[in-house]
Amino acid sequence: MADTNDPMAEIRASFFIECEELLEALQDGLQELDDGADDTETINVVFRAVHSIKGGAGAFGLEALVRFAHRFETVLDEVRAGRMTAGPDALKVFFQCADHLSDLVRISRDAGDLPEARTAELLGFLNEMLGEDAGAEEEAEEDEDIDFQPATLSLDMDFGDDDGDGLALPDIDLPDLPPLPGLNRYTIEFRPENELFETGNEPFHMLRALDEMGDCDVTCNLGKIPDLDELSPEHSYLSWTIELASAVDVAEIEAAFEFVEGLCSLTISQNGDAPVSDEAGPEVVNGVADPIETDTPEIPEQHETGSAPAPAAELPAVSEDKPAPAPSVAKSNTSSSAPAAAAKSVVRVDLDRIERLVNLVGELVINQAMLSQSLESSGLSPHSDAMNGLEEFQRLTRDIQDSVMMIRAQPVKSLFQRMSRIVRESSASVGKDVRLHTEGENTEVDKTVIERLADPLTHMIRNAVDHGLETSEERLAAGKPEQGRVNLVAAHRSGRVVIDVSDDGGGINREKVMQIAIDKGLIPEDASLSDSEIDNLLFLPGFSTATVVSDLSGRGVGMDVVRTAIQALGGRITISSTPGVGTTFSISLPLTLAVLDGMVVQVAGETLVLPLNVVIETLTLSNKDVEMVRPGSFVVRVRSGFVPIFDLGKELGYRESIEDFEGCVVLLIAHEDESHAALIIDSIQDQRQVVIKGLDDSFYRAPGIAAATILGDGQIALILDTSDIITNAMGSVGASNSTPATGIPA
Amino acid sequence: MTEKESSASIELLTFQLADQEYSLDIMSVREIRGWTQTTPLPHAPSYMKGVINLRGTVLPVMDLSQRLGLKAREHSDRNVIIVVSHEDTMTGLLVDAVSDIIAITEDDLQPPPEVNTGNVPSVVSSLTLIDERMIRVLDLGSVVASVQSSAA
Repeated sequence: MADTNDPMAEIRASFFIECEELLEALQDGLQELDDGADDTETINVVFRAVHSIKGGAGAFGLEALVRFAHRFETVLDEVRAGRMTAGPDALKVFFQCADHLSDLVRISRDAGDLPEARTAELLGFLNEMLGEDAGAEEEAEEDEDIDFQPATLSLDMDFGDDDGDGLALPDIDLPDLPPLPGLNRYTIEFRPENELFETGNEPFHMLRALDEMGDCDVTCNLGKIPDLDELSPEHSYLSWTIELASAVDVAEIEAAFEFVEGLCSLTISQNGDAPVSDEAGPEVVNGVADPIETDTPEIPEQHETGSAPAPAAELPAVSEDKPAPAPSVAKSNTSSSAPAAAAKSVVRVDLDRIERLVNLVGELVINQAMLSQSLESSGLSPHSDAMNGLEEFQRLTRDIQDSVMMIRAQPVKSLFQRMSRIVRESSASVGKDVRLHTEGENTEVDKTVIERLADPLTHMIRNAVDHGLETSEERLAAGKPEQGRVNLVAAHRSGRVVIDVSDDGGGINREKVMQIAIDKGLIPEDASLSDSEIDNLLFLPGFSTATVVSDLSGRGVGMDVVRTAIQALGGRITISSTPGVGTTFSISLPLTLAVLDGMVVQVAGETLVLPLNVVIETLTLSNKDVEMVRPGSFVVRVRSGFVPIFDLGKELGYRESIEDFEGCVVLLIAHEDESHAALIIDSIQDQRQVVIKGLDDSFYRAPGIAAATILGDGQIALILDTSDIITNAMGSVGASNSTPATGIPA
Repeated sequence: MTEKESSASIELLTFQLADQEYSLDIMSVREIRGWTQTTPLPHAPSYMKGVINLRGTVLPVMDLSQRLGLKAREHSDRNVIIVVSHEDTMTGLLVDAVSDIIAITEDDLQPPPEVNTGNVPSVVSSLTLIDERMIRVLDLGSVVASVQSSAA
């Protein structure tokens, strides 16, 4: 794959990309069947996905993949034909096969070792379902099935090449006119003379015009092409026979050739209904071998390789009986009966290019901020044209930024599908019957976030299956359905993405958690903790509640690793649990890792940025609002609640603590875990979107600092990690664990 | 070029630090910038001056005199930041002034005498004499790399 000059490698790479999409469709389809869908279309989708993977794999000689996909497909075909029903047991096998198929695709792509044993095992299952007689008829099908694909691929490719002005591809999507009653059938003989090319005309456009009139079958007559040594590049040798079924009359067909009148010989005859009565006047002009445009050699070539000058007519015909690996084609195929799945036109773009665009837009935002700062300081009237224009510029910049971020956004669906596999595998290995319920699969998140979420989510799902859910016996004893349920729900909530992983298990056994924490010396023996504090013990490093260390979880890397991973993404994770009802882990993530809505503040002469979403309120203090709890530790009264108050300047080591709170500006900070704190700052400067620049923390990792950004004046401002600051501040104030954040009544 | 000989020639960028002359292999120097205001990092060791904006990236800057345990000096306009690259990490080194580029051979380098350096990290890899002035050649790796451990 490394050799980008090899066209085959490129096609191969795109085949694997398509496989990913097909596998996704396969999973979707199976899931729908599992959810009770019973229509033939769903089965067809599943069948087609497997079929297309097989076809493509055949083209690249991926034998193992072909063999497995073929058997799988045969079974699905039985289901499709109604000779077999897809019961729960069959679906289980299908899911396993789909998982295995995706393994095989990945292994084939990376040229790894094939898991022969697993393949054999699953093939055994499939054969069992087929019964004995299936084997023989398979062999017969095999050849025919496999070798059509390369042809489809090359056809696909040539369209990209043959078309000088880039107009042919969109044509593929043009729907054929439905065959109308009263169609006229025409046979059109079209032979361009040399002059046609000399005058810069192009037969392709006429053929396309004909194609738009109706169902069109074009044959290129190559008979007149001489041997290569006699071939003159400036002589026209080709002619076309076009069979057209259309409601148009002869005049309209002639109109298509209007521009080349006299430059070609054209015969239009009407057959089918009646021979054309009106004399179409075949104009024959004997061509003289004059020099013509150099693009002539291209044209014979185009029709030799493509053999279909009118793609719209040809390609759908291909995809109807044998779906091509190109997903757009496969989709347009399904959409005929399921309009909801209407094919969107999609462009694949190299991620690097998007990265580059994102970076450029980041620079643009910084530049725009610089420009607006310098314009403001130049003393221009705020109503001047320049300032108005700047405002518009600001709006556009923001729109561009949002759009660019949207390019990077992806639905979490692929992630959820991986999770459903994790549930299947982990529930099988601990012998529990578990069903994964997903919601909000189309919620879009930045690609990087999705990628980096896979590991923590896997861990959480395994935890839910392994620790969260009880065994079947325990469930039945507790009066719950035998089948456990794990929910995976994603949603957008106030500019963030929230992903909940919940189970309907027994909830957190708090006594046990306490005991383990005490045994492991994580908390003092006499500690008295609230329920939510106990729940949060799960996030302590080295905590693992599994009494039996299973191969799923309980390897000592527990929820603390999950929490670290989530925090590294700028997210927060919270836990809530009700005994007997279940446990919910809630992850809240930023939509993007590249920009941040920030509040720009001034503290001790330094400019700092806080994420806007943690600031819930700003207050101006007076001394009577602030109470000292003990020396160095203060709370501020906010309505009827008390909130611990910290001086940001002191916490960051910029200044000594202040004693007089009169007139201080404080920001009320709230985190997802419902904790609150107030931070003293000097002044609020601005609210604006800032571009996040990573700090190189291999050099020095500053506590409380998440990242940095570049302000309009080119100076760097630090972006604060408020949760880190407050945790540190609470740790440094007084004894440990004694200043829990108090909730504020809203 | 004569290769693999003991007299391979190297070029050094020499600069002033607290009235002493130091130098760095010029191959590790990316650019030299005038002093700009840094954004300090909280709770950073005193030699960490903070970060600056180097054409859109965040560049950490350290005060080399303080890093080497030398007497801190008032900043003047002649202060410059030498941007160095070590193992793909860029760092800015604040020095008093840049003096010269000298070309020497490896034969001219002498190992520093073994002395107990105490707390100050041993960052001088070799010494050389130019016009009767002693120039210390810094080992960039230990200047930059040991920050992490001493900062922790």
